[in-house]
This record gives sequence, structure tokens and C-alpha cells, in this order.
Amino acid sequence: MASKPLTLYEKIWADHVVERRDDGTCLIYIDRHLVHEVTSPQAFEGLRANGRKVRRPDLTLAVPDHNLPTTARVDARGARLPIADPASAGQLAALERNTADFGIAYFDAVAPEQGIVHVVGPEQGFTLPGTTLVCGDSHTSAHGALGALAFGIGTSEVEHVLATQTLLLKQSKTMEVRVEGALGFGVSAKDVILAIIGRIGAGGGTGHVIEYTGDVIRSLSLEGRLTVSNMSIEGGARAGLIAPDETTFAYLKGRPMAPKGEAWDWAVDYWRRLPSDPGAEYDRTVTLDATDIAPSLTWGTSPEDVVPITGVVPDPDSFDDPAKRAAARKSLDYMGLTPGTRMQDIALEHVFIGSCTNSRIEDLRAAAAVVKGRKVADRMKQALVVPGSGLVKRQAEGEGLDRIFIEAGFEWREPGCSMCLAMNPDKVPAGERCASTSNRNFVGRQGPGARTHLVSPAMAAAAAVTGRLTDVRDLLGDGTV
Amino acid sequence: MEPVRTVEGRAYPFGAENVDTDIIIPAHWLKTTTRDGLGEGAFESVRAEPGNVFDNPEYAGAPVLIAGDNFGCGSSREHAAWALADMGVKAVIAPSFSDIFSGNAFKNGIVTVVLPQDAIDRLMEVAKTDEITVDLETMTVTTSFQDRFRFELDPFRRDCLMQGLDEVGLTLAKDTAISKYESGIANSRPWLVPQSGGEGRDESIAVESAGRA
Ligand code: SF4
Repeated sequence: MASKPLTLYEKIWADHVVERRDDGTCLIYIDRHLVHEVTSPQAFEGLRANGRKVRRPDLTLAVPDHNLPTTARVDARGARLPIADPASAGQLAALERNTADFGIAYFDAVAPEQGIVHVVGPEQGFTLPGTTLVCGDSHTSAHGALGALAFGIGTSEVEHVLATQTLLLKQSKTMEVRVEGALGFGVSAKDVILAIIGRIGAGGGTGHVIEYTGDVIRSLSLEGRLTVSNMSIEGGARAGLIAPDETTFAYLKGRPMAPKGEAWDWAVDYWRRLPSDPGAEYDRTVTLDATDIAPSLTWGTSPEDVVPITGVVPDPDSFDDPAKRAAARKSLDYMGLTPGTRMQDIALEHVFIGSCTNSRIEDLRAAAAVVKGRKVADRMKQALVVPGSGLVKRQAEGEGLDRIFIEAGFEWREPGCSMCLAMNPDKVPAGERCASTSNRNFVGRQGPGARTHLVSPAMAAAAAVTGRLTDVRDLLGDGTV
Repeated sequence: MEPVRTVEGRAYPFGAENVDTDIIIPAHWLKTTTRDGLGEGAFESVRAEPGNVFDNPEYAGAPVLIAGDNFGCGSSREHAAWALADMGVKAVIAPSFSDIFSGNAFKNGIVTVVLPQDAIDRLMEVAKTDEITVDLETMTVTTSFQDRFRFELDPFRRDCLMQGLDEVGLTLAKDTAISKYESGIANSRPWLVPQSGGEGRDESIAVESAGRA
């Protein structure tokens, strides 16, 4: 008898059940655990208070990213510079002490591998297809791009994983997001995920694990896939998977923590069996046609507030749902926008190119291609480029991308989360506007009163050189491509 | 953890939809290394507005919070649950919650009660003048006006809440099963053990997809 066709998610789940309870809750084994400075101190504190140890330090990797300043970290003689903010310094010191005490591999603030936890995991080959991966950070969904079941957890769960290498979970529903067709000129992975969230809504994936399928997803590079999976949580889904394929294997081969030699061959053999079986059923399927996707951006304070760059600020009265109408009014008030304004007529003061959504080499190249030979507009107060990791930074410098940015008037920084969440000194002042390649445009996310428009790296670059939200295709069309 | 059987008292008639964790506790409050004291930063942006429910003395110290759809969306920060706990909130009632938030709330002894919007509308009215009772034994929310709304609660979570059980301790007791699973994968998927766990740096490591310019 043929067995029931399974989805990628169902296969990973089945291979990680330690124990199933009568009510369907499962004790799930966790293959990989990433730790950073903000959501872990209380977890280690809990272990200490109960005299518990870390079960599998070898499956755990720690790196600081959220509140490290992105300015120089060593002085001219190579000595480490102190962190001015005592609270940030305290969290960093706690992470250093905890990783040392519990024997956990740690990339410190000045290690060449240091970077945003979701950039570092894939880059080191720590993230692998078919694994379960968790981190105390909601954008852990990013790692799903490699076919890992990866999701964010809270600090109590961090403690639970440290102590037991397992989590108690209930199986989620499945949702297929199929993107067919081909991407238009100037349209990137970021535009695809913005369009998806615009369609399904910020709560559209709640209770579901998404699997992204279709020609467009298959054609994306691993970096582009990471951008898509990264924002699954903005559509309400804890995890967003992409089936591993040759692109995934080619990306992973030879990375420091990836399997080597014979182990690599066994791994690939296993990974090839992971993609969803033909005829596997999802609880929901949403299909998008990529030909309809333009370079996109947000107008409001929810990632679902998406319009094409050719569009206008919507009229709150155009929403049927009264709650949506009220939310839109509030959003527009916060954003300082008037309905009917053309998105391209909105001027701004800040541009941020970075975050775990868009800080990889491909993102920096896309932005640099737009910036090359141009200058940051006079009205801009700050244009930041923050590479996702030390390795990305070094590679970009090797390609001369740093020169392109610096000559145009951008600041070229050390790796970290930076202006994505304003926990370190990089902030957008109240009432000022920022085109940002990050993933959240929530009220106050980039600083109290900051106004955020989520965009792709190319669109952020275009905004920086014109001083207003801009259709990047207009800049690419004038001879650059 | 303290066992929770009933939560009884005044309720903040908050009602807002899509309340994300940045609203519950803004990022600049996350730089702590302990769980205490976050109540002070809870709903900071809401409390900046005059006439907000959280600064209304009428509701001071209320153990119940009534909210709209999709409460606790956004970041996974458990600080949101700690902030609510520090404020003295023991139960949140809403039409839906983000998955991560309700998990975090549960682990900190906060009950998340899902009720349909019309029940929420009614409770918002009652909350303005009267107390509300959330009873885990009968799985009901009741008021002194004979309102009685039944809710569902995961049986395991309900047990843990009512007995004040520590989840890590419960799982540690399963050590035999976990060890058995680990020896199973050591055989079937030996490549899962990371190469030298972060040692052995390869200086030539690429940061992009192979085979691209
Ligand atoms: S870059 Fe932003 S979204 Fe990503 S991990 Fe850092 S703070 Fe979170």
C-alpha cells in the first residue's frame, strides 16, 4: 500500500518526534540552537538557579548582534573599545560569561565571523536542511530557506532547549504559498515577500507553517530565499520553508560547520528525500502571479500595508472592515501621510540598508549597482549600510562595494542589527522618515516616533540618491543596466 | 510557578487589535538580564496618550486584560509576558493571540483566553464598571451580570497552570526517551553533529551562493 504523500514540514516533524502525548503534543528534538545576547540571559539565569546544565553545547552556537554598536569595535592599536551603554555592555558580558561557563561555541564581538545570528547560521553551514532549528528571535523563520524547520522561541523555551534539547510542540497547519511566473525588471525577493504579506495579511499565516513553492521561488538564489523566509513571521507564520534543491546544496558545500566527505554524501542523500511528495496536501494554498508584482513598499505601520511604488497612499475609507479603517487612520497619522499622495512624492531623511532580511552580499551588490556614480541626496541626514556579518563585510570590501557606498556619502558600518530595531545607538529620530530594508515598520521600531517604509535594497539605494521614495526601475533604466 | 485556578478582579478594557510586542514592551526595555521590573515600561506608547486605560486609577492593578484580535503579534520577546506579569496581569482575553505570545504567556503563568468578538464586546462593557472572573476549573469567563462564556484550553497547559508545574523539570524526567532518540539519530543521521562546533575556521569561506559571479 502506498503511504500517504507528505509535505516537507510533515517529513521533518516525523523525524523529530521523541515522544507523542495523547493530546497530540509532541516532544520534538532540536538539532540546532542559536543564541544571542538579548533573549538568553534569563534562560541561563534559570539554569543556574536550578543547578541545571546545557544538554548539548555542541548543537548550540552563540553570537552577539542586537545591541552591539556598529561603529568601530577596536581602536587603532587593536584593543577592544568599551560599549558606552551600560545595559548593552551588561548583556554582552552576560553572554560571554554564560557561553564560557556552559561550554558553548561563541563568535565574540570582534570575531571575523560575528554578525546577525540569522546571517551567521546559514553562512557557517550551522543551518542544514531537514533540521529543527530554534533561536530566541522571531526572524529565525529565515533559516527555513534552506529547508530547515526553523522558528523563534521565547526565553523560557530557550531555557528548555538548553536544558533538554527538546521542545513541547503541537503540529501546525500547513499553508502553501505558490509564486508562479517570472519576476519583472527591477523586482527582487523582498518585493515578492512584501506582496505575499500584502495578500495574506499580517495574521494570515497564524497557526500555519508556510511552504513557499513555484517557479519564482525555485529561481531565487539562496540569499533571496532567506529574504522571503525571513518575513514569514510578518505574515503570522512561525516558520516558512523552502524545499532544499541543488541551489541549497551548492550554497552549503564546504561551509565550516557543514558535513564533510562521506557525511556530506549521506546528508545530501537524505536531503533529496525531503521535498513535499507529489499530491501532498496543504491545509491552505495561496497562489500569486509574479508578473503582477512591482517594486513594492509599505505605507503604514503593519507589514501588510503594502503598495506598489507606482501607487498612492490609500484612503482609510476604502477599507471595508471598520477596524481596518480605524487602524489605517491611526497609521497615516503616525506616518504623517495624506491619502492620495503618490508614494513617489514622499520625501525622506534616512536610509537603512541592513538587517537579517537584506544584508547579505547580493543585497549589497544590488544597492551598490544603483548607487554607483551617484551621490546621496542633500536632504538626507543619514544613509547607513550595515553588512550582515564580518564575512559579508570583508567580501564586499574585496569587491570594492564599500568604496561605492562611501564615495556616494553612505556610512559603512560594522555588522549587527543596527537600525532594524534601535536597540543600539542607530536610531531614526521622532517624526523623521526612513526607507529601510528591514522587516518591521511597527510604531517606534526604528526609534520612538520613527516613520519606516519597508523596501528592497535597490529601492533603498534609489531613495537615498533621490531623497524621496523612488521607483528603482527609473534609475536602472537610464543606462546602468 | 504559582498555581492558577481562578483569576478574579477588574479588567483593563483595552480592546485594541494587532497589539504587537513592541507596544507591550518597547525594545529599549529589553536590555535587562533579569525578569523583574518590566511593568514600568509596559504599554509605554499607549500610556503616552492622555486618558489611556492603563493609567486610569479605576483599573490600577487589574489582573485581567481585554484585547482585540491578534494580540501579542510581532517579535518573540518573552519580555512582553514578563512585563504583563510584572504589571500584575494574570489573564488576557482576546479573539486571537499570536502563537509565540500565548506560549510565552503560559510559561509565565498567564492564561490566554480566546473568546469570540461579541463576547469581547460584552466584556469590554462590563469591565468599565465591574469585575470579571476567569475560572480554569470550569473553563468559563463570568460576570456578576450572569454572563457566562465558555472557552477552550489545551488540557496540558491547563494542568500545568492549575498545578504550577515547571516545564523544564517535567521534560528532564524524560531523559531516557531523549537519550534513546539521540542514539537513534547518531546512527541514522550521523552528519547532524556539527563539524568541530565552530572551531576550525576556513578563511576562504564564501558568503554567497556557489556558482554565481
Ligand atoms: S536584524 Fe532586526 S529582525 Fe533581524 S535579528 Fe536583528 S533585530 Fe531581529
